[in-house]
Amino acid sequence: MSYSVKVIDHYENPRNVGGFDADEAGVGTGMVGAPACGDVMKLQIKVNDDGVIEDARFKTYGCGSAIASSSLVTEWVKGKTVEEALTIKNAQIAEELALPPVKIHCSVLAEDAIKAAVADYRKKHSA
Amino acid sequence: MHLPIYLDYSATTPVDPRVVEKMIPYLREHFGNPASRSHRFGWTAEAAVEEARNEVAALVHADLREIIWTSGATESDNLALKGAAHFYGGVKGRHLVSVKTEHKAVLDTLRELERQGFTVTYLDVQKNGLIDLEAFKAALRDDTALVSVMLANNEIGVIQPIAEIGDLCRARGIVFHVDAAQATGKVEIDLSVLNVDLMSFSAHKTYGPKGIGALYVRRKPRVRLEAQMHGGGHERGLRSGTLATHQIVGMGEAFRLARQEMAAETARVRRLRDRLLEGVSTIEAIHVNGDMTARVAHNLNVSFAYVEGESLMMALKDLAVSSGSACTSASLEPSYVLRALEQPDELAHSSLRFTLGRFTTEAEIDYAIDLLRQKVGKLRDMSPLWEMAQAGVDLNTVQWAAH
Repeated sequence: MSYSVKVIDHYENPRNVGGFDADEAGVGTGMVGAPACGDVMKLQIKVNDDGVIEDARFKTYGCGSAIASSSLVTEWVKGKTVEEALTIKNAQIAEELALPPVKIHCSVLAEDAIKAAVADYRKKHSA
Repeated sequence: MHLPIYLDYSATTPVDPRVVEKMIPYLREHFGNPASRSHRFGWTAEAAVEEARNEVAALVHADLREIIWTSGATESDNLALKGAAHFYGGVKGRHLVSVKTEHKAVLDTLRELERQGFTVTYLDVQKNGLIDLEAFKAALRDDTALVSVMLANNEIGVIQPIAEIGDLCRARGIVFHVDAAQATGKVEIDLSVLNVDLMSFSAHKTYGPKGIGALYVRRKPRVRLEAQMHGGGHERGLRSGTLATHQIVGMGEAFRLARQEMAAETARVRRLRDRLLEGVSTIEAIHVNGDMTARVAHNLNVSFAYVEGESLMMALKDLAVSSGSACTSASLEPSYVLRALEQPDELAHSSLRFTLGRFTTEAEIDYAIDLLRQKVGKLRDMSPLWEMAQAGVDLNTVQWAAH
């Protein structure tokens, strides 16, 4: 598999690896994928009182593209409101990382991870 | 130390420099066709071919008249299986027995024979990769014409009980073929005592050149084959085609060196392999695939839990190793050999095959161990599955959101 320079950079120097306490009020956690499919992404966002994502963390089990896609979205969601974060589309991720066609699903998974993290955050706050 | 480090000797080996030296004159001055009987060019080539045949025979304690040159182990497997099935199919019966973990050269040939109307029983292996002799015995039928079981497995390196299988086959008059491509120069093979009728060899797994192999065809009791390649009637009619003198000379020299150096080399390689195993064993949650006793000395196949195969290969670009998991576009699929071992945690692991050889050094092994510890650690720090496992979550009970 020949990867773009950006994928290799994110793979070798992943941004924002780690996690937050999932029980914390402002934290939204999204876990998507399945081990049998070869990738599992866990994305966490920390949202402040103004609804802005202050920080993000990820952990990913998966190929280089899956790691790069999740690393990239942690950078992209930071500073955005949760509404703005939901406008990030998989096509943008795929384009930024120049993912080959067989790896498009990695970008789809990263988009799903944002949606899942935001949904978890909102669920906590509607309660 | 040169990077990447070559630890894929079961894929192929470099040609030993001594072998190269021996081959070159047969490309230049001694270019004659060994089938030319009317002049010295032919005689010189023929003498070299017969000397090489003698070396191949000597390594496995056979008679030189029992060795047929082929293009490699794949062709030898094809000639042995199709040749014996076609010859004995009408006499003995149309049932064949083999094992699920055989090389594709055997399995695909058997599939073709099934297409031609033969019936094949593919035996399961035990969790350690070895066949169960009782199950094997039970699989034999009155119409079983042919059995094919490999000596050393290419992926997990386990050594099947060839001697016992051979005795069982001989007692029932069943032709027994053994693919020994991964075994020459690694384990003692004595065809003067083994009840093996046909055995496939390859040069390039034993420091010889690619494109040359041989098939052992027993003379006493005589085993008959139907030729699969027709032409000038070379190799006693079993395999027509002008002999590749330089390749044959290379295989002969490679097998001569194997015979002379096997004992010392195996001991050295085993020490290095055990050093690698010891180093890898300091990593948590690993699993060695295949029996460690009935195993060639140069093979180590290890699964690393909670680490994905492709990203592991990416992290190990300084190591030329083979992944036991075929990474397709999206998913991680364990190879058919590893799947046959029925590992418990197949959901989330990736495996690597390390195969060491004549030019592997201790420094290379130490480098590989350090790199593995570092990279597996890094990928696990990044793995949500590892995090869950550390927290005591049983991954098999998790409801995954499939996509």
